[in-house]
Amino acid sequence: MLRTVRMELRASYAFIERNINLMRRYMGWEIVWFAYSLASALSITYIGAAMERISGTSVNTDYLILYLLIGTLVWRFLSVVFNDISEMIQWERWEGTIEYTLMAPIHRLTHMMGQTAFAVLHGAIFTLAIAGVIVLFFHISLAQANLLGSTLMLIAGSLSFIGMGIMASVLPLLFPERGAQMTNVVQALLLLFSGVYYPVDVLPSWMQLIARASPATYVLEGIRQAILNGVPTRALLPTILYLVAVGIGLMVVGLWVFEQAERYAKRTGKLKRNG
Amino acid sequence: MVSSRSYIHHNEEHEEAVVVEHIGKTFYLTREGHLLKRLRNRAHQERIRALHDITFRIQRGEIFGILGPNGSGKSTLIRILSTLIIPDEGRAWIFGHDVVREDMIVRRLINRVSVEASFFKKLSPVENLMYGARLYGLSGPEARQRIHRILRRLGLRETSYTQPMENMSRGMQQKVAIARAFLTSPILLLLDEPTTGLDPRSKREVQSLILELRDEHDATILLTTHDMVEAENLCDRIAILDEGRIVALDTPDNLKARIAPYPEEVTMEDVFMALTGKALDTTGDAILAHA
Repeated sequence: MLRTVRMELRASYAFIERNINLMRRYMGWEIVWFAYSLASALSITYIGAAMERISGTSVNTDYLILYLLIGTLVWRFLSVVFNDISEMIQWERWEGTIEYTLMAPIHRLTHMMGQTAFAVLHGAIFTLAIAGVIVLFFHISLAQANLLGSTLMLIAGSLSFIGMGIMASVLPLLFPERGAQMTNVVQALLLLFSGVYYPVDVLPSWMQLIARASPATYVLEGIRQAILNGVPTRALLPTILYLVAVGIGLMVVGLWVFEQAERYAKRTGKLKRNG
Repeated sequence: MVSSRSYIHHNEEHEEAVVVEHIGKTFYLTREGHLLKRLRNRAHQERIRALHDITFRIQRGEIFGILGPNGSGKSTLIRILSTLIIPDEGRAWIFGHDVVREDMIVRRLINRVSVEASFFKKLSPVENLMYGARLYGLSGPEARQRIHRILRRLGLRETSYTQPMENMSRGMQQKVAIARAFLTSPILLLLDEPTTGLDPRSKREVQSLILELRDEHDATILLTTHDMVEAENLCDRIAILDEGRIVALDTPDNLKARIAPYPEEVTMEDVFMALTGKALDTTGDAILAHA
């Protein structure tokens, strides 16, 4: 039993080590992606700094800057997690290694655990690096922020993105040519509906209904409550527990969906198509 | 790592490494056209019968060849035995384990080298092999030790251990692919056209590695190829596959004896032409024989 667990952990680590090696080899692209993300985060945050001048009315600029900054950083983290997981099949198709990986004697849970651990680690380092640069540009006060509560909220919310990422990763398995495009559409819709840069109640009512179905809406609202208003962790707990429950549910469903898609791909011979 | 031998079915003496019974597989290829049009019209799906009622057995320690032109179903068969394709009909067992129902056990017993080297091209041989070793449960130090030993055995220069695979020749990449298979000590090795596209020297080196695997590592080998000489030199028995059907299965000598009274006077190419009515062109595609 212990030996089996040890072997599964080693297999899980195979994905972490492989992805770190790939990241090192594609470091040029990692730097480009970091520069793009940083420029995008700064541009969005400067909208907050400029709002008083744009509107000609008095605005709580510091509050607005922090509001937008939370949106851009949380979204950056969640989207890196979502991307790294949802693109796991696409990467392997490009490289032509998908059959080798899927015929390895490991459980899909082991596979997902490794890929997820890397995604969370990658997302955290990437986001912290962006945050580290942004604080040099703005005066940001976290005096009344509840950092523990916001961190718990982020962890709880990332579970849902892991589940959704696993589900989205099957798209390239089912649709070898269009799957990656579909994954990007899913991500774009999450960005639009989840109130990343605005409260969801500014959206039309039909869009608000969809926004309430997105876990990202709750993560962003909860983190803003914790950081901007200093709401205590106890008051955040119902949302955190809700997100944990939804996240675990989505991960279980995601794993099931992946296994069904893998079986379908094996029945129809869709694994063998590369590129 | 748990030895692959410990997964051999203990209820029976499995002198038979592979048993394939009445395997059939059909694919449906979707033609161009928008989704609604394709859903409305089944005629937009092309039906391809890849394998038809395939039955054979491979003895433990045997090198079994499957000879056939491109599109004859060789790779589909290998993929079924690799648990990468689920057959529509029939069943297959590897050392007594069903390839569909006991796929996890089967995966511990096998490894596959395909015509495409299937590597992360930007990663080095050591990084690629390390990934493979960890997937099969090897610890870091054990994997590193084995990897260096195998790469030295293959004659790779130490400077190339850490260079991206994309900088290596195809022959060298294919040798690393075989090294990856060595690494996990499979008892059944599925080799899907491992020498296609290699220069004569690389081809000979890969062929000698195949023999070494069988002789020194007690592995059973299933080899697909459209190289007649390779099939004759390496294989104990050969099945000739054409349009998804086995048209002949025997030892090279017996196959030759089927078509001529003096087997030494005919080649495997003559056998192939006589049994299928086709010749193999230089790229391996079957063409109709001109009378």
